[in-house]
Amino acid sequence: MVSIEDYGKYETAWCPGCGNFGILKAIKQALVNLGKEPHEVLIASGIGQSSKLPHYLKCNAFNGLHGRSLPPATGAKVANHELTVLAVTGDGDCYGEGGNHFLHTVRRNPDITMIVHDNQIYGLTKGQASPTSEIGMKTKVQTHGVFNMPLNPLSLAISLDCSFVSRGYAGNIPHLTSLIEKAIQHKGLSLVDVLQPCVSFNKLNTFNWYSERVYEMEDTGYELNDRVKAFERSLEWGDRIPLGVFYVNDKPSFEEHQEVLQSGPLYRNKPEKEKIDPLIDSFI
Amino acid sequence: MNIDLNLKIGGAAGQGLQTTGMTLSKTLKKSGFHVFATQYYLSRVRGGHNTFQIRISDSPVYAMTESVDLLLALDAASIEQHMAEVTDGVVVVDKDVIEVKEDQNSVFHVPMLKIARDVCGDKIYSNSVSLGAVIGLLCLEMSDLETILKLSFRKKGEEIIQKNIAAARAGYDHVKENYPGGCKFAVSEPDQKDDLMLINGNEAVGLGALAAGVQFLAAYPMTPSTGVMTYVAANADRFNVVVEQAEDEIAALNMVLGASFAGARSMTTTSGGGFALMTEALGLASITETPAVIFLCQRPGPATGLPTMTEQGDLQFVLNAAQGEFPRCILAPGTPEECFYLTAEAFNIADRYHIPVFVMSDQYLADSLFTLPRFDASRVEVERHLLTDQELRTKNEEYRRYKITPVGISPRALPGQVGTVVVADSDEHDEFGHINEDPDNRIKMNDKRMKKLEVLREEMPAPKIYGRPDASITLIGWGSTFGPLAEVVDILNEKGRSVNLVHFTHIHPLPAEEARNSLSKAKKTICVENNSTGQFARMLKVDAGIDVTGHVLRYDGKPFSPEFIINALKEKEVI
Ligand SMILES: Cc1ncc(C[n+]2csc(CCOP(=O)(O)OP(=O)(O)O)c2C)c(N)n1
Ligand code: SF4
Repeated sequence: MVSIEDYGKYETAWCPGCGNFGILKAIKQALVNLGKEPHEVLIASGIGQSSKLPHYLKCNAFNGLHGRSLPPATGAKVANHELTVLAVTGDGDCYGEGGNHFLHTVRRNPDITMIVHDNQIYGLTKGQASPTSEIGMKTKVQTHGVFNMPLNPLSLAISLDCSFVSRGYAGNIPHLTSLIEKAIQHKGLSLVDVLQPCVSFNKLNTFNWYSERVYEMEDTGYELNDRVKAFERSLEWGDRIPLGVFYVNDKPSFEEHQEVLQSGPLYRNKPEKEKIDPLIDSFI
Repeated sequence: MNIDLNLKIGGAAGQGLQTTGMTLSKTLKKSGFHVFATQYYLSRVRGGHNTFQIRISDSPVYAMTESVDLLLALDAASIEQHMAEVTDGVVVVDKDVIEVKEDQNSVFHVPMLKIARDVCGDKIYSNSVSLGAVIGLLCLEMSDLETILKLSFRKKGEEIIQKNIAAARAGYDHVKENYPGGCKFAVSEPDQKDDLMLINGNEAVGLGALAAGVQFLAAYPMTPSTGVMTYVAANADRFNVVVEQAEDEIAALNMVLGASFAGARSMTTTSGGGFALMTEALGLASITETPAVIFLCQRPGPATGLPTMTEQGDLQFVLNAAQGEFPRCILAPGTPEECFYLTAEAFNIADRYHIPVFVMSDQYLADSLFTLPRFDASRVEVERHLLTDQELRTKNEEYRRYKITPVGISPRALPGQVGTVVVADSDEHDEFGHINEDPDNRIKMNDKRMKKLEVLREEMPAPKIYGRPDASITLIGWGSTFGPLAEVVDILNEKGRSVNLVHFTHIHPLPAEEARNSLSKAKKTICVENNSTGQFARMLKVDAGIDVTGHVLRYDGKPFSPEFIINALKEKEVI
């Protein structure tokens, strides 16, 4: 039996009170609930406060470059599809620097769970606007307030026909845990966009601000594979902000398209040198 | 060398130049000749003026030369641009199609279009008519061409095969009946027909990767590297390889690193512009100590440069790419044979040292066809250097991915192995892979990584010497220029000069001591490079304290020919 203790206890470099702690708890709990052992799990991350998360629990980790959590996650999943692969990233990391990878990883649909710590700000670089910052938010760089349209991750993902689209809240750990469990169980790319208060730099979207607005969707009122309805729902943002699963579309994953993986993980294949000679012959 | 003939086919893109050239190359190889073929093409899919040049000989040839013996002109530009190159040869042209202004003796009219229509009822067979005509002018028999045509059109059915053969024979007969004396060049087939391969550099790299057991290839298409990606993709199912076209080069190398981290032998293929985007991930490969093979096929830059031409202009870039200081390895094959073996070696070095390893080629080597002895796949070893489950279990200490060792190489476990977890980080980290910004730790980790470079340097073989070791003039070359340089050595030595070639395929870390030894005897050392600043010579100076006495440089987008080098040596009064 796997327990929370198996995932270790580490000191973090996060600010006290940060929403990241809730996300870490939820990830650990979800992995334990699913009975995943640390060696079966690989977390790929980018750079940012959020992306340090793999260092704060015991599992395989590839903490790569800013914006680049998804390509290594994809590569690792192809190399060994028996691993449970998570990509942990921030809103700047994933929707800013890594925007192109986000688009194309959705298209590719590897069986990876993306957990985006969406604090609507750049934390690690001390408080610049992110692609999801609210219009009007003033920062030391956006001195007149943000006027670029915020990106809506859920609408974008649904428009791209992402396989699993959901939103959680770092202040509601039980709900987030069950969301992450569902996302991991879903076969294909799963997005969990997590509203994450940054207590140091985002003075607008605070725990209070989110808590007053978020609500759990018990029932979405539509079939989860209804893209248009899901899109409509994803536009709801303001006094009320829905949490839960918005959209699910079961389609073949990237790995399922690769016939060579059917016989087992790619990395285990032995080179078959005897097949080289006929190839050489074709040049004679 | 008794036979040495240069055939040039000129035409617009889309006129079937490639097919005609390939068919002719295969036919001549089948007849027992050594073949060397290069292409000169523009960055467009149709139109423009391109050439396909084939040199045949009864001894090995690895370079093109500049004079032309037989010009097959499929467009007017061929006549305008290449007539002057044909000094004592023949120009084959269909005058019904191409207007030839100054009619010279060398021009021989073959009504290809008319023959194709008359014999096969369709002008598309005119390429085959031209093939027959060329074989006729060479005074060879038709049988090898027929065999090759049969093979080439195998998939299209018997009728198509027969029509092509009929067209070729009609072209052949036209020469026999109309060319004075029945044919132009008195060549006879070599008696000895070796079991030679006809292969270009890119195919050889792909073949080498497959022989080395590549499991994952992610790349973004970019001329002239794409051939490797397509070659591996074409064989991916049979060899259990996953090939993914990434959204960009950034993703490509990052994907490769993820796959490699999880245990798959992985590579990417690109050219300079694409590699510019990969530089970020190059450093990541190094600090995370993740093996990666990067095939970098050079073309002239900066930026988009000359997309379809050749240059060796990226050496200093590759040596220095990415921030910080870290080990990397650079191999530069000179022939397809070396492309094959060095690509396989690149995987072993990457897996042994956990570093990025480059195979640097260029458009010239990538696209040129060579005849070579059969590659020996049994010479390729697959060395993974991974901890087994058993070794992991019997370790009495907690596993450390970045354990400090005397040679800087740490034991490598894979994610998923029971009993441990593997942590990699782009931040400076401790032996376990966790972020650590402590100054002492930084020094230890940096030293550990750099140590690998020195250990690897010991293993890098000395440069090869072509010609007598004690020659008074030494030509120095690296990578693809081997062929033309070796030929220059042969030509000059035959004329009584004392010249040799010191050729480098193992570029970095440079085997400095051996380099100094092999260059110590010559009075003159001339570094010959396909770039404008002498990038390799600069490296020799910095890494081994070697000052060359002169340079021969070419950077007009074209590869070296022996004539070009000899002229330059004369101009510089080296010879
Ligand atoms: C290529 C590159 N550019 C910029 C940076 C600096 N940088 C580090 S984290 C970051 C933004 C992080 O924002 P987010 O992803 O939202 O993460 P958070 O810290 O808020 O969790 C930036 C710009 C970097 N490390 N690498
Ligand atoms: S800067 Fe913000 S996001 Fe980062 S740890 Fe502190 S509170 Fe959390």
